[in-house]
Amino acid sequence: MTVRVGVVVFPGSNCDTDTLRGLELAGAESVPLWHEVADLGGVAAVVLPGGFAYGDYLRAGVIARFSPVMRSVAAFAADGGLVLGICNGFQVLAEAGLVPGALLRNRGLRFLGRDVHVVPERLDTPFTRALPDRRPLRLPIAHGEGCYYADDATLDALEADGQVIFRYVQADGRPARANDAEANPNGSLRAIAGVVARGGNVAGLMPHPERAVEGILGSDDGLAILRSLVDSAAERSSGSVPVVVGAR
Amino acid sequence: MAPIEGVPATPPPAPEVPLHRALGIADDELAAIRVKLGRDPNDLELAMFSVMWSEHCSYKSSRPLLRTLPTRGEGVVAGPGENAGVIDIGDGLGVAFKIESHNHPSAVEPYQGAATGVGGILRDIFTMGARPIAVLDALRFGDPADARTRHLVDGVVRGVGGYGNCVGVPTVGGELVFDPSYAGNPLVNVMAIGLLPLERLTLASAPGPGNLVVLFGSTTGRDGIGGASVLASATFTHDDPSKRPSVQVGDPFAEKLLIEASLELIEGGLVEGLQDLGAGGITCATSELADRGRTGMLVDLDAIPRREPGMAPFEVMISESQERMCAVVRPERLAAVEAVCGRWGLPAAVIGRVTDDGDIAIVTGGLTDRGRPGPAGREIARIPAAALTSDAIVHDRLATPPARRREAPAPGPAEPGPSNGEGLPERGMDPGAVLLALVGGPNLASRRWVTDQYDSTVQTNTVVGPGHGAAVLRVKGTTKALVASTDANHAVGAIDPWLGAALSVAEATRNVAITGARPLGVTNCLNYGDPTRPEAFWQLSEAVRGLGDACRALGLPVTGGNVSLYNESPAGAIAPTPEIGVVGLLEDVGLLVGPAFADVGDAVVLVGECTPGLAGSAYADLAGVASEDGPPALDLDRELAVQRFIREAIARGLVE
Repeated sequence: MTVRVGVVVFPGSNCDTDTLRGLELAGAESVPLWHEVADLGGVAAVVLPGGFAYGDYLRAGVIARFSPVMRSVAAFAADGGLVLGICNGFQVLAEAGLVPGALLRNRGLRFLGRDVHVVPERLDTPFTRALPDRRPLRLPIAHGEGCYYADDATLDALEADGQVIFRYVQADGRPARANDAEANPNGSLRAIAGVVARGGNVAGLMPHPERAVEGILGSDDGLAILRSLVDSAAERSSGSVPVVVGAR
Repeated sequence: MAPIEGVPATPPPAPEVPLHRALGIADDELAAIRVKLGRDPNDLELAMFSVMWSEHCSYKSSRPLLRTLPTRGEGVVAGPGENAGVIDIGDGLGVAFKIESHNHPSAVEPYQGAATGVGGILRDIFTMGARPIAVLDALRFGDPADARTRHLVDGVVRGVGGYGNCVGVPTVGGELVFDPSYAGNPLVNVMAIGLLPLERLTLASAPGPGNLVVLFGSTTGRDGIGGASVLASATFTHDDPSKRPSVQVGDPFAEKLLIEASLELIEGGLVEGLQDLGAGGITCATSELADRGRTGMLVDLDAIPRREPGMAPFEVMISESQERMCAVVRPERLAAVEAVCGRWGLPAAVIGRVTDDGDIAIVTGGLTDRGRPGPAGREIARIPAAALTSDAIVHDRLATPPARRREAPAPGPAEPGPSNGEGLPERGMDPGAVLLALVGGPNLASRRWVTDQYDSTVQTNTVVGPGHGAAVLRVKGTTKALVASTDANHAVGAIDPWLGAALSVAEATRNVAITGARPLGVTNCLNYGDPTRPEAFWQLSEAVRGLGDACRALGLPVTGGNVSLYNESPAGAIAPTPEIGVVGLLEDVGLLVGPAFADVGDAVVLVGECTPGLAGSAYADLAGVASEDGPPALDLDRELAVQRFIREAIARGLVE
């Protein structure tokens, strides 16, 4: 049976359609979840898509976190449910405290829409398990507030616990250098592009895997990320092998 | 009362200028208004005429010229006069597209001017029932070494991105040109493209007397009062803070909600007609709806939701507050319409009814159920809708070529010339250094510093994005792709406006053809000077002739566009700039030929001939070659043959 994955639609979400479609290509039955409706409809996983939820005029994600659907998403996550936030969705998760850290304005203070390369730091999470290896993935970014920030102690703890799941790198896979505006254009600390919460079931990333799902779009590297989520959700809903990834 | 800093204690004495002139209405125009009304207009009516008879809304100088353009063609479903052109692309789908200017607002406030330029053209697209799928921005500024130019570029680029990125429509192409003639008057032309199932094509007309007029979206405020008449239709003097209130303020979040709500209303078959509110605000929307529907409209001024108290009736009627839509709704469907708007968090208000008398009537004090003023109501304006729109004033302007001008080369076979550089002036310049200077110059260097600020990949259709000759967008659910380009040749246009316009069409269509696509149609944004100056009007009329000649020769319909006049500053008029937008169709996206050399060892073939003229070229600009050299000739039959040849070679798989 096809697994159902929900995509939250906030007013101002603009990647919801792309994400619904990307999840279908990854093998899921994807359904929109309206921001005013607290009932998640029994989905096996939730994706918070990109966009400008509620306009993001004050600060990205700061209003969306108070929406009715987010109360349910928080409860779902606390219950071990799989939640992935992409771009604005990552910002919402960070504002809601469901993933560590914060997303500040890009270092150059300008919106950035271009391709980047990221490496998966781990292949044993529900969000990376379908990736064949740690080769760099080519994914688009499109954001004004994507500079990942946390204090040093938090960053050290994230690294030690294996909570950094994606990192910006140079095209050939070498690490981004200091102030490497080409490889790490938003200036994220430690070149962090994606993190997973301590429980291992909630993750956020700034690049857009749902925009890299077909060769004709220039890259299909994002499909395996979505497939990881769909496969993990399918296993959980069938109750076969509970995937619990905590600290390694 | 304590004086407020910067505000005179007493209001300045009223200038001794009659109201109509203060509103930009000429004396002969006032006489024409009296004839149309059969009486003197009151102040509110005068204000309504002032925006609707502005150059921007009425095309009063350009309309006779635009009538000469070819508008019919294969698959044209909607043409000029509608909010956007629509062409059938098969599979039950249509492509809607149009280009428009927001030059003067961008000169005053570059961020908001550019942002609302994007917002306005997007509304033109989704008003037709099409989902906007792409934006292209064609931007022109003065010398980039100038600090003011850099301020304008920065604001305009951030404005285009700030709006397009937020509403989730990718910015996939356009152009960026620097030329000293734009120093006091930058050009911000924005093209938008949309896709629609043809059965959802919605026209901006108000059929059915008794139907309700519903205003939904943002509330009405004092921003953008008289934008069309004050900013877009007068020669631009300088950065004048007093004009800032005339610039509209954009809210892309509201626009995103408006897109979704409008498309949901259309999909649900809940509206009889739909019109966005742009220049001229409620006056323009109601009169255009009524005129196209051959009906009238009774508008209840008090029912219009306001952003601030104390607004005068004329302010409400001509406000250009952004992100508003006007729908014509059957009474029995009102509840469903309100439910859709409510779901998207958009205020919706019934502001009037469709009538059968052909007039736009404004009432204050309330309407009765039968659509007439209630006991306390009174009528404060009544104008035939046609007088504001289709029957607005038209001027026959004087067109005089400048004395120095040579005869324009007649369209016909061009003399073939050598392509070995014989025409290059001897200046002792090292060709390698020339090449480096050209590609490193502001007009040919990489535009990544601009396009990296745009989201070009949202909606997952972008096959070829910014930075290439044409953008390519696949059409989901089909094998097809849409290909689009914007181009304008201002440099040749300054020498020969006929040729500048024709070359712009040739270049834009060629950019589309070299991907393997067949151009479908042309939209245009004609940026020219003060039409009351005979030389400027001659440039416009020559350009329209060139546009028409080129489109006829290439077999392409002109499906719409926009005319921007008064592009002048104390430093002079801009170089005549006929911005051409072309949309083409690639039947099989798998056959797309990319804009890059493919493999080492492949042969590189130059198709067509080079003609000797160098005037108007990037080289001429660099080397300071005067225009005596003459611009390159254009043979439109040859152009068509080259484009057909390229398409056929690609279709046969002969091109990498």
